[in-house]
Amino acid sequence: MFFLDHIYLIPLLPAFGAAIMFFFGRKLQKKTVNAVCVGAVGLAFVFVCGAVWQYLGWADANHHQPFEKIVYTWLGTDTGQSNYLTKDGTPTSFGADAGFLLDPLSSIWLLFVTGVGTLIHIYSTGYMAHEGGYYRFFGYLNLFMFSMLTLILANNYVLMFVGWEGVGLCSYLLIGFYFHRKSASDAANKAFITNRIGDAGFILGMFFIAWIFGSLRYVDVNHLAHSGKFAIGDPFITAATLLLFVGACGKSAQLPLYVWLPDAMEGPTPVSALIHAATMVTAGVYMVARSNALFVLAPSSMKVVAIVGALTAIFAASIGLVQNDIKRVLAYSTVSQLGYMFLALGVGAFAAGVFHVFTHAFFKALLFLGAGSVIHAMSGEQDMRNMGGLSSKIRITFGTMFVATLAITGIPPFAGFVSKDGILWETWAHEGTAFHLLWGIGYATALMTAFYMFRLIYLTFFGRKRMSHEVEHHLHESPKSMTVPLIILAVCSIFAGFLGWPHSLGGSDRFARFLDPVFSGEAQVLVEGGKSAQLAAGEKEEEHTSSTEYLLMFLSVAAAGLGWFMAKRSYEHADKDYAEPIAVAAPPLYKTLLHKYYVDEGYDYVFTGRRKLGDVRLGVMGLGEASSWFDSHILDGLVNAAGWVTRLLSSISSWWDKWVIDGIGVNGPAILARVLSYPARLVEWGLVQWYALVMTAGLVGFLFYYVYH
Amino acid sequence: MDSLLHITTLHYLVLGAALFLLGVIGVLTRRNVVVVLMSIELILNAVNLNLVALSRYWQGMPLRMGGGPLALHGQVFSIFVITDAAAEAAVGLGILIAFFRNKETVNVDEVNLLKW
Repeated sequence: MFFLDHIYLIPLLPAFGAAIMFFFGRKLQKKTVNAVCVGAVGLAFVFVCGAVWQYLGWADANHHQPFEKIVYTWLGTDTGQSNYLTKDGTPTSFGADAGFLLDPLSSIWLLFVTGVGTLIHIYSTGYMAHEGGYYRFFGYLNLFMFSMLTLILANNYVLMFVGWEGVGLCSYLLIGFYFHRKSASDAANKAFITNRIGDAGFILGMFFIAWIFGSLRYVDVNHLAHSGKFAIGDPFITAATLLLFVGACGKSAQLPLYVWLPDAMEGPTPVSALIHAATMVTAGVYMVARSNALFVLAPSSMKVVAIVGALTAIFAASIGLVQNDIKRVLAYSTVSQLGYMFLALGVGAFAAGVFHVFTHAFFKALLFLGAGSVIHAMSGEQDMRNMGGLSSKIRITFGTMFVATLAITGIPPFAGFVSKDGILWETWAHEGTAFHLLWGIGYATALMTAFYMFRLIYLTFFGRKRMSHEVEHHLHESPKSMTVPLIILAVCSIFAGFLGWPHSLGGSDRFARFLDPVFSGEAQVLVEGGKSAQLAAGEKEEEHTSSTEYLLMFLSVAAAGLGWFMAKRSYEHADKDYAEPIAVAAPPLYKTLLHKYYVDEGYDYVFTGRRKLGDVRLGVMGLGEASSWFDSHILDGLVNAAGWVTRLLSSISSWWDKWVIDGIGVNGPAILARVLSYPARLVEWGLVQWYALVMTAGLVGFLFYYVYH
Repeated sequence: MDSLLHITTLHYLVLGAALFLLGVIGVLTRRNVVVVLMSIELILNAVNLNLVALSRYWQGMPLRMGGGPLALHGQVFSIFVITDAAAEAAVGLGILIAFFRNKETVNVDEVNLLKW
């Protein structure tokens, strides 16, 4: 039980690698960086294999329960004191453990994340060999692996959120790896900010869960959700699941928050492969699958998930039809495939969705790494209009990418055929005719997928060489460190499908059975809720309508073949002035698609406010302008008004002081004294002789008075 | 006639009154400060004359009424007045000189600064 007991080492190994890179990386040789970082992830892969192997043995003896390992109490206390009331008034204490949970769902994610991650690390040693910031790149990659593994292994939503934010941070750092390029740092900001919107939903969803269930531990939440205490369609659970789905939309690039993912292609190609195709963007799918017990209780949320997934699938695929940047085509393809996964989750086919995540990880990583190899060969050129005829020059890249294309378009028996067909079949089989419409959308998306993928193949590897002579001269196959991962991933893309080979084709769908312990509760609840259990019904129906299933299978293979044929006819002999068939048939449509339905522009108008709508600026910048206006006119106006009033009062006061106090109080008596002094002055001549005369007169007067008295 | 030629105290008093009147008129009417001062001397001397005349008259009175040969108060008083007149003339002339240095005049009607 060594691996299970020390399961916490799985995320910690890459964390050590990242720490070494951040503290000492600058001084390390490239060889040491390779040894530490690739070694850490490779070792994590070995640990994962060991842990899953031991878990399989352990689970057989323990009724296929999830294995939980709690290392310590991370948030809250274990004193048992309650600190909040749940919705039904029970006192509960908030808490989260640093705990790890291993069950079939996390096993699958662990396996492909560390497996594909190791391959991409190896590939990066070749791809990034001539780039600056080598240790930084690998430090970020290892930090990403740590965050992703924390996200997967967490035994509660809070710890999952830590990993969730960690991968968001690493995604930001790696998209902006070429930070001296403005477009790259803009794209990094865009990804980070768009993800914040989703994360806000996730946090609110967590609050709802803590409020409703009194715990954030998956085991507790699932147990309560299965207990039958909650009615199907409970509005609070619906709200919680919808908010969680908002988080998933941000991380997994669904409508309307998908806009960051195509721009994320500014990062180095291995990053696009690892984070923006195979692993991180599937975190939303993981979270929804992890919360399946809640989503089953909220059928309207499930419908929202299915509809958003289907719309995203066809929306992104239609944009992908006309893009010219090789990585952007793949980015829209990723968004589209993620839409498929959510469609599957939304119709309750959790296993099918997870299976598509699993197969998609291989072929999409392979496509990105192949694209990276092409870009490497083309000396950095990414525009497919300047490529062509590369198949003979870079044979291994061409061969592996071709395999991946067959896989993604759903040509049997490659991996994508099995998983995508499973989703389409489950959608069709879901009761309610509206789901036939969703199937129709998924089917149209499959056709588009085939078209844009083979367009990519033909424009890149066939037709005339359209690059400059200098570039043509430098064409070369990539080093072994890059081609070997391509080959391994190609092998996986061919054979991964057999793990979930459906019953109707003589397989046993081992993948879905492996996941049964995680998703089986769903069927129970549906039965208890009095609704016809979708899974059970699906199984019954399967036997009755296997002819329908064969028909659908044939139709989707036909769609893949049709897309291939159309792309071949249009682009096989593409020369410098080749024509886009959509541009010829419907120029306005082509223009709309080329500009991605003007969504970014629309967001600029409505949400960011970088563009003005007439004279009005909306969105964040509009809010900023309005705030600025409010500040400078209203608040400053109030300030100025206060100042004006003060000045007015002070001038009144000054006038009062000057005229009333000084005038009447001080100068008044003085003036009075002066006025009154005038009569007294009249006798003050200043002439001595007059005084003498008066004196004499007085003397004479007295004399007369006394003499004649 | 005899009585006319016989000079009595009354004659002195009439002379003193006349001198006093002349002095007063001089003080009141003359513009020159020097003349004013001289008129003041005239007044003082009129007083002296009265003092001396009445003192002499007093010597002729009986002893029991305070008279007699030793009733010389008036005589002594007149010597004080003379002394005082000399001192006063000295001070007055001193002021006059200081005044002349400032105003270049000795006319008393041009000196009217000492008022409100």
